[in-house]
Parts: sequence; C-alpha cells; structure tokens
Amino acid sequence: MASVTADKTLDTSGLNCPLPVLKTKKALEELQPGQVLEVISTDPGSKADIPAFCQRTGHELVETVEEGGKYIFYIKKKG
Amino acid sequence: MATERLAIIASKGTLDWAYPPLILASTAASLGIETAIFFTFYGLNVIHKEKMKQLKIAPVGNPGMPMAFPPSVKKTPVAGQLAGLMEAIFPGPPQLMGVIPGMTDFMTAMMKKTMKDHGVASVEELIELCKEADVKLIPCQMTMELFGYKYEDLIDGLEPPGGAATFINYVLEADKPMILFV
Repeated sequence: MASVTADKTLDTSGLNCPLPVLKTKKALEELQPGQVLEVISTDPGSKADIPAFCQRTGHELVETVEEGGKYIFYIKKKG
Repeated sequence: MATERLAIIASKGTLDWAYPPLILASTAASLGIETAIFFTFYGLNVIHKEKMKQLKIAPVGNPGMPMAFPPSVKKTPVAGQLAGLMEAIFPGPPQLMGVIPGMTDFMTAMMKKTMKDHGVASVEELIELCKEADVKLIPCQMTMELFGYKYEDLIDGLEPPGGAATFINYVLEADKPMILFV
C-alpha cells in the first residue's frame, strides 16, 4: 500500500511503450500543481521510463509500488 | 531556457520501421523536447493516406525476424500447439518461405495481431499522438516529386514539404540539437 493519496488515477494496464508515458503526460496536464497522479502500469519498461519522464519534466516521483505484476507510480505535478 | 530539438529522419516504409521514429518522437515531445520527423524516401509511405494502411513486414531479407506467434493464437488448442512446435524448431521464418505468394501479407497480419495482443499502439494511433504532442511532421519535397506523391495524397496536419537545408536549419536553430537517422 502506498502512503500517499492520489487526486486522480490513470490505469495503463495492458498498454506498452510508449503509451504509459504519453498518457501520463496528458493526465498530468489536467491536474493542478501539487496534486498527485497515480499511474498503474503492467509494462515492465515503465519501471525505468516513468522515473526518466519525471526527471526530464520536473514532476516529482513521490513513490513507486510494485505488486502482483503491476507498477504503481505516484507523481506530484510540479508547481 | 535552452531549447532542445530532436529531429528524426524516417527513411523506411515497412511496418516495423515505421515504429521507431514515431515512438521516439512522441515520447521526446512528451518530455518537453521540440521534435520533428523528416519523412524521406520510403518513409513517406508512413504519412501517405493510402499507403500507410498497407505497410508490411517482410520475412525476406530480414533474418532477425523471430518465429513468434500472437499470444492469442498460442492459447487456442490445436493451432497453439502447432505454433509452439514451429517456434521450437525454427529460429525464424525460413527465408525461402518469403517468396511464397501471400507470405508477406500473412506475416504482416501475424505481426499486427502480435502487436495488438501486446498492447502496442498502431501506426495511425502513434501519428495522432505525435500530432497532439506538437511533433512537426515534415515531408521531403524531393522524394515526393520523385515518387509522384502530391501534398494532398499525404495525411492532414503535416508541415509544408521541405528540403535538406530547411531541415538542417530547423535543427541547428536550437541550443541543443539532436538528429537521429532511422
């Protein structure tokens, strides 16, 4: 279980590179700065790609949870 | 802020080679990098209204192609066992099979199914995602004339046709320019 609460959830289960990153970017556009997006992914590539996306774009990757073949990311939109 | 530009030259017109430029471009744009794809030679087929629907993958001349059946086929009783056996025996489709009429279409259908089963976006979807992310899609003027393609034969939402100088100038205007050739 994650220790952060999300303002919005994006489920990308079943989708593969580059769709999880592209959908994450779009979903973040709809949030206010400081709000948290929860991204659920089954693509093993997203384990490295989502952190790379956050590093480039300046959004904060607050927490990553791995459970039952799913990767769950909590991303705080930059201010 | 220093501008970063990624320019990708897409010169191949097969289904498999349509992917790398579109994946890299849409992703780079989502990372905040100004991105353009210059479609030249057979790469023009990827943005051609009709030809983009007929992109194929060819077993001939492609010894790296794995013998891989779509997961949904492998789950069906008899066909699945046969597929498993084929995969165990052959590292890839024998090159000779490629000359059998219809084989390229068959391989293409199999690849499209495999991609769909794996949640890989279609070429059309990726082009839409590129457009939404403001990727500039530039058709090469010279090859358009060479192949007899008119601007209206190509999909909507493209930049005006350009030449090598336009393209290089676009890239070098950035503080941090990058070019990839695909």
